[in-house]
Amino acid sequence: MIPVSYYIGLSAILFTIGALGVLIRRNAIIIFMSVELMLNAANLAFVAFARAFGMMEGQIFVFFVMAVAAAEVAVGLALIVTIFHTKQSIDVDQMHSLKG
Amino acid sequence: MNFSDLLAILPLVILVGWAIILILVDLLIPSHRKGMIAPFAVIGIIIALGVAISQFGEQSTAFGGMVAVDGFSVFLQVLFLISGLFGIALAYDYLKRQGIEHSEYYILLLFSLSGMMLMAMAADLIMVFLALELLSIPLYVLAGFASPRLDSEEAALKYFLLGAFAGGFVVYGIALVFGATQTTALQGIIAATKDGSANVVLLVIGAALILIGLGFKVAVVPFHMWTPDVYQGAPSSVTAFMAVGAKAAGFAGLLRVFMSAFNILAVDLIPILWTLSVITMLLGNIVAIAQSNIKRLLAYSSIAHAGYILMGMVTLGQGEIEGAAIAAALFYLVAYVITSFGAWAVVIALEHGEGKGLALDDYAGLGGKHPALAAAMTVFMLSFTGVPPTLGFMGKFFLFSAVLDGGYVGLAVIGVLTSLVSAYYYLRVVVVMYMQEGEPRVRRDIWLNTTTAITAIATVAISVFSTPLFNWAVRGVMVFFK
Repeated sequence: MIPVSYYIGLSAILFTIGALGVLIRRNAIIIFMSVELMLNAANLAFVAFARAFGMMEGQIFVFFVMAVAAAEVAVGLALIVTIFHTKQSIDVDQMHSLKG
Repeated sequence: MNFSDLLAILPLVILVGWAIILILVDLLIPSHRKGMIAPFAVIGIIIALGVAISQFGEQSTAFGGMVAVDGFSVFLQVLFLISGLFGIALAYDYLKRQGIEHSEYYILLLFSLSGMMLMAMAADLIMVFLALELLSIPLYVLAGFASPRLDSEEAALKYFLLGAFAGGFVVYGIALVFGATQTTALQGIIAATKDGSANVVLLVIGAALILIGLGFKVAVVPFHMWTPDVYQGAPSSVTAFMAVGAKAAGFAGLLRVFMSAFNILAVDLIPILWTLSVITMLLGNIVAIAQSNIKRLLAYSSIAHAGYILMGMVTLGQGEIEGAAIAAALFYLVAYVITSFGAWAVVIALEHGEGKGLALDDYAGLGGKHPALAAAMTVFMLSFTGVPPTLGFMGKFFLFSAVLDGGYVGLAVIGVLTSLVSAYYYLRVVVVMYMQEGEPRVRRDIWLNTTTAITAIATVAISVFSTPLFNWAVRGVMVFFK
């Protein structure tokens, strides 16, 4: 059996890729995809730990996280579409109407 | 699940059920009178408030330890529900003026409010995550409520992307804590750390990630970048509600999780908390000086206040002293909530058109033309600064003395010094109101005026009779330290 640390290593890598994607990429959709990658990294960690401990809780938490992620997708994509209607762009660097 | 479980979360059940009923009621209301849903929402909140107060003194857990009803949760729930009432009072006339009067506003506000209530009760990390998302997702929509106005849409998108980013940190942190202790229940984590079965390295990383995620929500430096833009772009009534509610809920989660489950990690966490608190107070107060837009000024002010509240957590692991410091942080939250709503009510009264009347110069002459409003604003600014006899002063007094008891003299000194810095920009508002000539345009609305009056009187009155409130906070917190 593959040791749990391998899964956690993979999930840490995925989480880092996701976090870097949010910080580096400028397209709102890709930033959002990176956030989803972070959530799924957490899901992988939950499942791996739950399997290693032989506990169901961790597996169930994944459902919670997936449900929340789905709700976020619904709201997030709606916001992105709306702003595309107004601005014809979803590049976050061009969102500078708010300045102090 | 049985009946007593439902009874424990009754305020929450009422609120969510009522919000769902209101979605249906909305269908019966003609489209030009959507404001009618506001009084209905108020009724729901008041019923929930009554039930929440009746839970006073209760001490129980429900749903297998997932949620806890105790002094801490009741205290915060009452605070959140009052915030909800103020949030509706501020929105009622404002939405009409801005031409965005839709009933969804009040319904989303109720949903967000239920997330905050759940956060106050969450006794399991997975509940903290669900509560966080339940309160955030409606707020993302509310921030973009003035669509198709570009600034509102941009605010919503920025808030959403950074909020989702923060959520990712929280959930990954929870996953690591689960890996470290085989549980996500706060009591279970305490037990696992006591019997030494926990993997401490993993636990510290998990706790730090949760701190980062919730730090985004409460706008602690360096996770504050979104705050000024979102607060400026969102409709002012939404800004008021999220500046107060989301921050208080974020702290509800932080305080409960850190003072129970992560108490054992004090040695590792205190340097982090100390640093975050100091840079938040410094940056928030110093950058606020440069602001000329009142919404951005209050945004930086709210960042600075997050730094003060975070001070209370530095006493982690000191038992009774920590209890007093957390109680002081709760008291400070109350002061912040009341004062903020008052200040935002004044901002909303002066805002007109699309984002006009928000520059500091628009407040010129307010003292002469509208003395009552100017006097109220002066009270709020003094309370933010921490001048007696206001709530802000009592909040800072309790907080600084608790931190001094904990032996963090340097932190208390920095707190006092940054308060002095903050006097510069808060009092500048007062100076502009009284010393400069101008013709301010003010909207007179009964609910705005009522909110301003209630919060101004409460700011002074509660500070004079602050002991019962502080004792209530202490009683709410001490259950964790017995």
